[in-house]
Amino acid sequence: MLEQLDPVILARAQFAFTVSFHFIFPAFSIGLASYLMVLEALWLKTGRGVYANLFRYWLKIFAVVFGMGIVSGVVLSYQFGTNWSVFSAKTGPILGPLMAYEVLTAFFLEAGFLGVMLFGISKVGKRLHFFATCMVALGTFISAFWILSVNSWMHTPAGYEINESGQFVPGGSWWDIVFNPSFPFRLVHTVTAAYLTTAFAVGGVGAWHLLKDSTNIGARKMFSMAMWMAAIVTPIQILAGDAHGLNTLEHQPIKVLAMEGDYQPSPNGAHLVLFGLPDDEEARVHYEVAIPHLGSLILKHDPYAPLPGLVDYPREDWPPVKIIFWSFRIMVALGFAMLTLGIWSLFARKRRRLYEWRWLHRAAVAMGPAGFVAVIAGWVTTEVGRQPFTVYGLLRTAESNSPIDAPAVAASLIAFIVVYFAVFGAGVYYLFHLMGVPPHRGETEPENVPTRAAGITPGSAVTAPVPKGGESHE
Amino acid sequence: MSSIDLSLVWAAILCFAVFAYVVMDGFDLGIGILFPNLSPGHERDQAINSVAPVWDGNETWLVLGGGGLFAVFPLAYAIILPATYPLIIAMLLGLIFRGVAFEFRWRDPRHRALWDLVFTGGSTIAAVSQGVTLGAILQGIPVEDNAYAGGWTDWLSPFSLLTGLAVAIGYSLLGATWLIMKTEGSGQEHARRMAFWLGLGTVLALAMVSAATPFLDNDYWRRWFDMPQVLLTAQVPLLVAICTVVFFWSLKKRAEKLPFLMALALFLLGFIGLGISMYPYLVPRSITLWDAAAPRDSQLFLLIGSVVIIPTIVAYTAWAYWVFRGKVGREGYH
Ligand code: HDD
Ligand code: HEM
Ligand code: HEM
Repeated sequence: MLEQLDPVILARAQFAFTVSFHFIFPAFSIGLASYLMVLEALWLKTGRGVYANLFRYWLKIFAVVFGMGIVSGVVLSYQFGTNWSVFSAKTGPILGPLMAYEVLTAFFLEAGFLGVMLFGISKVGKRLHFFATCMVALGTFISAFWILSVNSWMHTPAGYEINESGQFVPGGSWWDIVFNPSFPFRLVHTVTAAYLTTAFAVGGVGAWHLLKDSTNIGARKMFSMAMWMAAIVTPIQILAGDAHGLNTLEHQPIKVLAMEGDYQPSPNGAHLVLFGLPDDEEARVHYEVAIPHLGSLILKHDPYAPLPGLVDYPREDWPPVKIIFWSFRIMVALGFAMLTLGIWSLFARKRRRLYEWRWLHRAAVAMGPAGFVAVIAGWVTTEVGRQPFTVYGLLRTAESNSPIDAPAVAASLIAFIVVYFAVFGAGVYYLFHLMGVPPHRGETEPENVPTRAAGITPGSAVTAPVPKGGESHE
Repeated sequence: MSSIDLSLVWAAILCFAVFAYVVMDGFDLGIGILFPNLSPGHERDQAINSVAPVWDGNETWLVLGGGGLFAVFPLAYAIILPATYPLIIAMLLGLIFRGVAFEFRWRDPRHRALWDLVFTGGSTIAAVSQGVTLGAILQGIPVEDNAYAGGWTDWLSPFSLLTGLAVAIGYSLLGATWLIMKTEGSGQEHARRMAFWLGLGTVLALAMVSAATPFLDNDYWRRWFDMPQVLLTAQVPLLVAICTVVFFWSLKKRAEKLPFLMALALFLLGFIGLGISMYPYLVPRSITLWDAAAPRDSQLFLLIGSVVIIPTIVAYTAWAYWVFRGKVGREGYH
């Protein structure tokens, strides 16, 4: 039975599964690393215990998230070779150096300072420890920079030549390759997305504890910080998304038409489909609810500007319309829901009810996971919208995969699914456990603090009591 | 610059990365493999604590090895990974298990025994798959039209299983000698006893792999035994013998660091031996480093950054190790 499956579909499913799982963690850890940096800075500056306690509270969570991000990321860096060997052989000369730079400038930085950040405060002192925290946060950003450059190049390839064996080779300046046309937009939109994801997760946790005890200082502080982020950053994200869409219209018009559900050309200006059921066969959207001219207004900033339709392009170049039609709507709807919550929080602040308004807190709890959903929906839009190509317009997905038999790919796909759900399921369970504990005074450092060095550095062996806690408030 | 053969330079850098990976992740995977032999509680906690702050950095060298191969020898990356597909997947899953176990065993004391088992299982799978992968590469990979042309179980052979076992034993030796260095008291005693047997095992495994390699292919035979290079290659087994003697002597003298250093030396010699067998092939008998090379422009672009960044990485990695130097305290926790 397995023999009949298409190895390309299986390889796609496998990559989609592992990369989506992976990104859930960076989406949180990029934001959390910066949040920790801010908390530690505030602590160093003001000396107030609430910041120290919040720092330690989120540090424990960060350790788990980061660990899962690392192990799921290592998988990806090898999956290009195992599942997409033709793609690797052809794009290696261009994408390889960028990914290697990611390893050199980001992963080593994160890894080198992570140990100190998690376990080292008693060994290196506050200032050096803060430096380590900053380096980890910087590492997450540099990592996003390179990998998004790589990914963007697959959408909008630039600065390349194709040699006689069909390889993409550098053909001009590396600047053109790294700063390819969609990269700046994707970098801003994705890093902002990571911040929002973290803000809503932190806000959700804060709100949860406020619902139980609205006097908890730690919960108040984190809720307030998160709501500032929500109120300020969400509008920025919506604007960034709009700009991103305009850029995509320029380089990948088919993708945008599929997102909008515009099968037919609209010579007098396109409407904006809010909902409906796209149908590739008939090339139209059933039961559509649409606002006239708004589509053109958004995409062309002119209500009467003509737009083409999917039928103007060869069908073998269409992406799966249904998926991205819906994933795009999920992302945008969540974006506006986030905006609503952000505005509500400003209103609550003005009426001095930020910490008492229970419906606000309930809404914030409900929106806690919103960022993760929006982020995955956004990536699905982007990546499925790139189909049927791996390098847009140049290398088809069906010609990119490894010469591996379907049963091997199927078996490994199943193994990934089983292992990921078991392992990361347990991880998420522990995360909920950690987040379920209210923030409080005397928060400990992560428990697996390798205890002080003895013997060689006798001085440090005796000072500072051994952190014993942890379990008691788990 | 134009006269330098960048492919050779890159081969050297990647050898360095792989070697750094093998010794650094080697000891933490080795500790994972030995874990069931350590007594629950103090001994295990000490062992875990001795690697918790550094394992992520250790594993990053593996990412550099893979990423570097993709960047500068893309063809080799695109042939070796499909050829060893199930092994790579197994290794990755193994690394997932052992990576999360570091965190989870502290988060969940009630299931600590389970996560310890996961830690051992993951470490063992990762070590064995790496060893088998090595054997699979050494024994040769069928290539046609610059692509892998075999089935998905071609890697399986008595030889590759032997190398799998050899690597697992070798890693355990690194793990045991690391513990001698980082722990004290009963844990250290225990590590010393294990190191003795693992030392024997490692040397035996090294001898068997070395004896079997020349029979895989005439070419390997020639490389090792033709005059005049035999005068040079013969130094490798000689040095192995010397290191072995020093190793057992240092165990007997109850030295704390020398056993680890000698274990490293054995690995280095094994690595040099591999180099002698393989050079200049990346995929033996079909793809040389020049065949697999990315264009000069790509190699140069990455090299320019690397010459600055790699030494910096080595420096701050050394700093991180320095911060956590010395014995892991006795006063464990709970
Ligand atoms: C926008 C950000 C982003 C995106 C799109 C990706 N990653 Fe990632 N990755 C990170 C952001 C990140 C990070 C923030 O740097 C990580 C997340 C976990 C961790 O928490 O560090 C990380 C970890 C991480 C690691 C482990 C690094 C280590 O050993 O420390 C590897 C090997 C990868 N990633 C590889 C990939 C690959 C091959 C991707 C593409 C398919 C990918 N990541 C997408
Ligand atoms: C982290 C966020 C990302 C997510 C959630 C994501 C999601 C996806 C999804 C859903 C697919 C399947 C599309 C399909 O086959 O229909 C896919 C494919 C793929 N993506 Fe991404 N992606 C992400 C980042 C990246 C990055 C950064 C790269 C490049 C470095 C990348 C490279 C690929 C490749 C090579 C494929 C497989 C070929 C294909 O099906 O097009 N992805 N990704
Ligand atoms: C409501 C306003 C939003 C608009 C108009 C918008 C627009 C877009 C567009 C057009 C794309 C696809 C770009 C392409 O593939 O070429 C995209 C992708 C994406 N969106 Fe949004 N977005 C919005 C809100 C959000 C929110 C709230 C999040 C997460 C918190 C988010 C996260 C993402 C991510 C992670 C991607 C994939 C990476 C990328 O291509 O940038 N978006 N967005």
